[in-house]
Amino acid sequence: MSGSSAGHSLTTQVGQLAHRSVLRTLRQPAQIVPALIFPLFLLAVNSGGLKDATNLPGFPTDSYLTFALAVPFMQGALFSVMNAGTDLARDIETGFLNRLALTPLRGAALLSGLLAGAVILGLIQAVTYLLVGLTAGAELAAGPGGAVVIVALSVTITVAFGTLGLFAALRTGTGEAVQSLFPVFFVFLFLSSMALPLDLLQTQWFHDIASANPVSYLLNAFRSLLIEGWELGPLLLGFGIALTILVLGMYAASSALKTRLVRT
Amino acid sequence: MSAVATQAATGASFRAVTRAVAWRSIHNFLTNPAFLVPALVFPLFFFVSFAGGLSAVANVPGFDFPTGYTAFQFVFVLLQSAAFGGVFTGFAIARDFETGFARRYLLAAGNRSGIVAGYAAAALVRAFITWTVLTAIALIAGMQVDGVGIELVGLYGLAIFVNVAATMWAAGVAMRVRSIQGGPLMQFPVFLILFLAPVYVPLSLLSGWIHAVASVNPVTALLEAGRGFISGDPFQVGLAFTIAIALPVLFALWARGGLRRAEAAG
Repeated sequence: MSGSSAGHSLTTQVGQLAHRSVLRTLRQPAQIVPALIFPLFLLAVNSGGLKDATNLPGFPTDSYLTFALAVPFMQGALFSVMNAGTDLARDIETGFLNRLALTPLRGAALLSGLLAGAVILGLIQAVTYLLVGLTAGAELAAGPGGAVVIVALSVTITVAFGTLGLFAALRTGTGEAVQSLFPVFFVFLFLSSMALPLDLLQTQWFHDIASANPVSYLLNAFRSLLIEGWELGPLLLGFGIALTILVLGMYAASSALKTRLVRT
Repeated sequence: MSAVATQAATGASFRAVTRAVAWRSIHNFLTNPAFLVPALVFPLFFFVSFAGGLSAVANVPGFDFPTGYTAFQFVFVLLQSAAFGGVFTGFAIARDFETGFARRYLLAAGNRSGIVAGYAAAALVRAFITWTVLTAIALIAGMQVDGVGIELVGLYGLAIFVNVAATMWAAGVAMRVRSIQGGPLMQFPVFLILFLAPVYVPLSLLSGWIHAVASVNPVTALLEAGRGFISGDPFQVGLAFTIAIALPVLFALWARGGLRRAEAAG
């Protein structure tokens, strides 16, 4: 087979699976609605309940809503772990993956195609969170260009976390097991600078964990655009971490896929 | 058979059914890590992240809770674990309907109210296990407790009422929907009402819409009374216990309606 036809074949395979993944996501309101409503509800509650935290010396903004707006993007990404993983687990449980294994489909095509749903959902989530946040009075120091970068970062993180969902599904093979991982990922969010900046975390052990938690730096990347404006350091760190998770997640999922296909 | 003998037989049947259902639910809970671990880990996790991550909030001007932020958050997590213990029991009921086991209960039970009572008893046992671990960890972490004797009984008493109320709510939903797909319906309203209370700071420090909502939220009275108990300064005890008793009664009626629906569905 020539290089160009092989490339065309791969594109076709990814396209078909991506189309299926996107349709599947859009046809499941049970995947989309909680991923939109739950983070926005927590944003509303936390920004109301912790409003006075802005009075703490050293708090970086006088709007807790602006500070907290970074959190829904991370929560939305966590939903992508669940959604991507559960969808693939269902394919495994129903035997669809076994049928795909009988076709000349490439592993890379399968994984990339399955993440298309996560990309679309990530896009819908990011735009919704940003619009709701700004409408509710949050500030965006980086301006319209910052909004584009926020959406791009959010989608990158969503896809990166989605690969972890794929890995979990391929390793465990059941939707129930993937669902049970949800709290584990939530631990990373809660043990971060989610509610207060790192400098203001007074409990030493919590400060140490949050400082070592990559989620704190992903949140900082969003906050730098929302609160400070254009700051290259936090942005590079945020994108760097997201892309590292994406590469590692894809590698782990590809290895797990090979193992599963050998098993079947 | 005389009326007294009939009444005695009904009572015995109720107790037997309650015991059997409770024993099976508790056995399932204790022997399946998938049920046991989240029930223990979730409250601890919330406690750690709220008490540890937000301790600086105690420095906010106007925050005057003398017993410390750890105790302040402990009360919320205690009541939250009470409520979610009840909700998770609702999940178990729904699962029993999906697998057909609940229908066998309905066929075999002489007194079907005993089925709901059995699930509620199991939920309480689950909650006691969770509270024991949570309290131990909180004390090890250095939580200050200024309340004594009857005040601490009051605090855990409130948690018991919350647990029963949440179990009755979730049981009512589970017996109407009879599928685990009803899970969000059991969970979300409980989550909503809990987080629309003064979770992070006292009511007096809330402002805007959240203050308005929290002011009329019954959970606020329970939380404030619980925080009063742990700090040895009882507050709104009468109101809190009126609400704490009314909620289980109200939701017991809701659960009874669910039981009737499940019976009618066969």
